[in-house]
Amino acid sequence: MVKEIERAGLPVVHICTIVPISLTVGANRIVPAVAIPHPLGDPSRTMAEEKEIRRHLVEKALRALQTEITEQTVFTD
Amino acid sequence: MSYRIVHYINQFYAGIGGEEKADIVPEIREGIVGPGQAFKAALGAEAEIVATVVCGDSYFASNMGKASAEILDMMKKYKPDAVIAGPAFNAGRYGTACGALGEAVIKELGIPVVSGMYPENPGVDMYKKSFYIVETPDSAAGMRKAVPAMASLLLKLLKGEKLGTPAVEGYIERGVRKNKFYDKLAAERAVDMFTAKLKGQPFVTEYPMPVFDRVAPNPAIKNMKDAVIALVTSGGICPVGNPDHIEASSASKFGEYDITGIDDLTCDFYCTAHGGYDATYADQDADRVLPVDVLREMEREGVFKKLHNKFYTTVGNGTAVASSKRFAEEIARRLIADGVTAVILTST
Repeated sequence: MVKEIERAGLPVVHICTIVPISLTVGANRIVPAVAIPHPLGDPSRTMAEEKEIRRHLVEKALRALQTEITEQTVFTD
Repeated sequence: MSYRIVHYINQFYAGIGGEEKADIVPEIREGIVGPGQAFKAALGAEAEIVATVVCGDSYFASNMGKASAEILDMMKKYKPDAVIAGPAFNAGRYGTACGALGEAVIKELGIPVVSGMYPENPGVDMYKKSFYIVETPDSAAGMRKAVPAMASLLLKLLKGEKLGTPAVEGYIERGVRKNKFYDKLAAERAVDMFTAKLKGQPFVTEYPMPVFDRVAPNPAIKNMKDAVIALVTSGGICPVGNPDHIEASSASKFGEYDITGIDDLTCDFYCTAHGGYDATYADQDADRVLPVDVLREMEREGVFKKLHNKFYTTVGNGTAVASSKRFAEEIARRLIADGVTAVILTST
């Protein structure tokens, strides 16, 4: 899906847990997430802490969308 | 003396549990577990499964390097002559685990290893060059077909027998080229193929072109303050009750849901339709998969212009590549028509 959205002309960032799969399917901007059942959260933390984690990941995703790239790029910290 | 085999399976095939048990750490058990029974019949007296490693799919996918190393250590104690991994059919994490483990077995132990997967399993593209993956149907209904093919290929590898082409042996092409003598010259064979093609008759190319389906990255967003951001997910987030009946696996459709005025995906109104991961956490708080709450905050702060008032969702669990492609083409068409300028796509 990421690839088809990109092909249609929209910049897209993939927030996902299993980065090797994302690379295989051809996502270009990739932000690694927390865990498979809760990519943008962590139930072992408080709701406030979770939201902070989520905000951090979304900010990273927006940064990825604002970064010019020429090849597949994994945005870590 | 029969060959010693160690078998790798996931928590589901070991009968331990489904997604709620996908986090279990690897363990090794003596003898046969689950589908090992079918392999026992197919291998006959020539080889014996001496031990079975069981590992949770999510544990492996989240700790690939560590899990491979742990499992290899467990396997070594049983002095295997070969390893069987799976079959994983179209299960993505299971296929990735079988693939990573197969590659590690070849590299670290240097013994034969065979797995079985459906060609669209992401584990195929990642690991087909490293070892032999038998082509299987897309679900466990194909077990009866997969097991004999995997067993016979493994026995050939163990005995050092010469293998035929991928089509003859039933494994997925690995991109290995071998020299071979033909009676006919290359020019004659090419003309034969060409005339067959002109007549609309079947012919088999001697060198299939690799397919590199890559899309170049689009230019970055220049001014985030003008951006309209849309959310798309393969994590199955939908209104409670799953009104469009998106399937828990092998989805045949996607959903489009209006989030005008919604600041937070609470458990009273949103859940997941996905059957391929433990839904507990997404059902408690769907923002853990689709971050509407945080994006609303940022929209209010003026970080970007607008969060698009619709989100798009499907279930990326054993869903055919062709279906995903079709969904995304339609989703992208609607997003562009609605003036969206960038997309955040989340996957579990």
